[in-house]
Amino acid sequence: MKGTKAESPTAAFERTPAGADSRQYVLRLYVAGLTPRSTRAVANIRDICENHLNGRYDLRVVDIYQQPALAQAEQIVAVPTLIRKLPPPLRRIIGDLSDLERTLIGLDLKP
Amino acid sequence: MKSKTRERTSRTPRRTRALTKASTGIRGLDELTGGGLPRGRPTLLCGTAGCGKTLLAMEFIVHGALESGEPGVFMAFEENATELATNFASLGYDLDALIARKLLVIDFVHIDRTETEEAGAYDLEGLFIRLGHAIDSIGAKRVVLDTIETLFSGLSNIEILRDELRRLFRWLKTKGVTAVVTGERGETSLTRFGLEEYVADCVILLDHRVDGQLATRRLRIVKYRGSSHGTDEYPFLIDDGGISITPVSASGLQYKVSAGRVSSGVPDLDAMMEGEGYYRGSSVLLSGTAGTGKTSLAAHFAFATAARRERCLWIAFEESSSQITRNMRSIGIDLEPAVRQGFLRFHPVRPTICGLETHLARIHGLVEQFGPRVVIIDPVTNLSAVGRDAEVKTMLTRLIDYFMAQGITALFTSLTPGGTPLEATEVGVSSLMDTWLLLREVQNGAERNRFLHLVKSRGMAHSNQMREFLLTDRGVQLRDVYVGPSGLLLAGGARASLEAVEKAQTVVRGQEAELKVRQLERKRQAMEAQIAVLRAEFDLEESESAKTIGQDEVRARILAADNLRLNRLRRKPNVSAAATTPKPKRGGSP
Repeated sequence: MKGTKAESPTAAFERTPAGADSRQYVLRLYVAGLTPRSTRAVANIRDICENHLNGRYDLRVVDIYQQPALAQAEQIVAVPTLIRKLPPPLRRIIGDLSDLERTLIGLDLKP
Repeated sequence: MKSKTRERTSRTPRRTRALTKASTGIRGLDELTGGGLPRGRPTLLCGTAGCGKTLLAMEFIVHGALESGEPGVFMAFEENATELATNFASLGYDLDALIARKLLVIDFVHIDRTETEEAGAYDLEGLFIRLGHAIDSIGAKRVVLDTIETLFSGLSNIEILRDELRRLFRWLKTKGVTAVVTGERGETSLTRFGLEEYVADCVILLDHRVDGQLATRRLRIVKYRGSSHGTDEYPFLIDDGGISITPVSASGLQYKVSAGRVSSGVPDLDAMMEGEGYYRGSSVLLSGTAGTGKTSLAAHFAFATAARRERCLWIAFEESSSQITRNMRSIGIDLEPAVRQGFLRFHPVRPTICGLETHLARIHGLVEQFGPRVVIIDPVTNLSAVGRDAEVKTMLTRLIDYFMAQGITALFTSLTPGGTPLEATEVGVSSLMDTWLLLREVQNGAERNRFLHLVKSRGMAHSNQMREFLLTDRGVQLRDVYVGPSGLLLAGGARASLEAVEKAQTVVRGQEAELKVRQLERKRQAMEAQIAVLRAEFDLEESESAKTIGQDEVRARILAADNLRLNRLRRKPNVSAAATTPKPKRGGSP
């Protein structure tokens, strides 16, 4: 009983980052105005999406200056903040995403 | 004149530049700070967990919104809006209603470290935007950040955080909002993350100390740039009315005293004080050993106060209100109508239920709420169960100061434990009191009798006589002290028996006098009878004498006539003999 049932989720978990992932990624990048840091973050996430999420992503960049109410609703404190809304669980990556390694780990794209 | 006006006009702009203050609406805190927190500047509120930071901050916002017309933003880092609303509903604050009326915005800032990854440079512009948006949405004048230090546990880049916090406080100033920033007390610094570095205008420290199992909250203003402020630690109280602070040591000795008098409720006692009783607004100490009638005298005073249709607050540290009313009925004082009509309020409380400071704060609260003209504290000595003597004395000094400032006549009873010198009040408060009544018991044979002595009464010619103190079914009565033949004070049974003896003696003495009068009368009658007899005898004698006198006179006249005749016959030879023989001695010197 223990054997068969315990093995399959583990196997699924291990398969996921290996590239066999077909899930849709919903990403939101919250920036505050067009600062160099914002631009850098936008460029970085675009690169990542193209390199790792070939067509399986929905990325939107939100300027919280334009939509300040969203900052409260989405619990934005630090900017830039990238939120992975899907797949669950919800993940947040703050910073300009120049640390590629940590960004990929944060997005569960790298073990 | 001209120079004066010029002076005034030149001073005016300087005055407008002076620091203005935003009222906190918290009882006591505005007095301490001279009007409130520095307007348009951030104030740091630090203290240990559970000392009331959030409550004070929220009261600042709520009072500002309701009383000063200044909407506020409460940025909460630890509790969400629902939790806050629930917590403050118990204090009677309807936060949801304030939010609906656009007087309040609560923004819950939450950083979950487990779902957050840091990848590269960032800043806290998100926080600024949220705060700015909240402020602008309701035109907020007040902001609370409670507690922003939570960011330090949510974000790992301390350097960025510090830079951003510094920027935040500068930004708050430019926004012109009066801000309260709370911070947890650190081991060696005021706050764990050194927030005091950024908030330099006003720092308030809250403390929650446990001393002998009793916790007392205290508040201290560590600094207040550009303003004078109280520097001591002030106790504060959190009850169902929120926070209240008692800045009593600020009151000083500058109150106006009253020349009015209030009756003690015992006419005999009033008679000892120029017939008028205590001074209004004075403090009266009633000390004595157990069972000397302190509470009874206090009850008289309470009764008299209610009879004047003035309010009396009775803080009972020993008995419940029903106990007091029942016991006082036995000496003919019915306090119940006064309670029913709202002139007398009992506040029975165990002294050990809270610390001295809390007691003080509670009494303040009660006085403010009830507005009494007379306060009775019975007995004040029970407070020494919760504090050292010096502390109790300080507390009482502040209490007396407070009562005097309010023009309240205060009566404190003080229990002198048996075996100590009678005039040593347990907490050494007698010097603070205006009037000191000493009740003592004196053993006399097989009974104990009570005596009352007016030890002092400032500002009046009071009696120095000791009085016997009687508890009758018509209340307290004072009797002149009976000094027995041996010079001893006599009271109670001894006095009664002596009085009886004396009474008997007067009866006897009366009887004796009557007897004497009667005897005298008899004597007089006897004497008069004798006189009558004597007079009769005398009359008889007189008449007899007159008879003999008459005969004698006749005889004498005849005899005289005979002598004359004889003399005439003898004259001549007698005269010649005298002329022929002169005296030889007289003409001796030729």
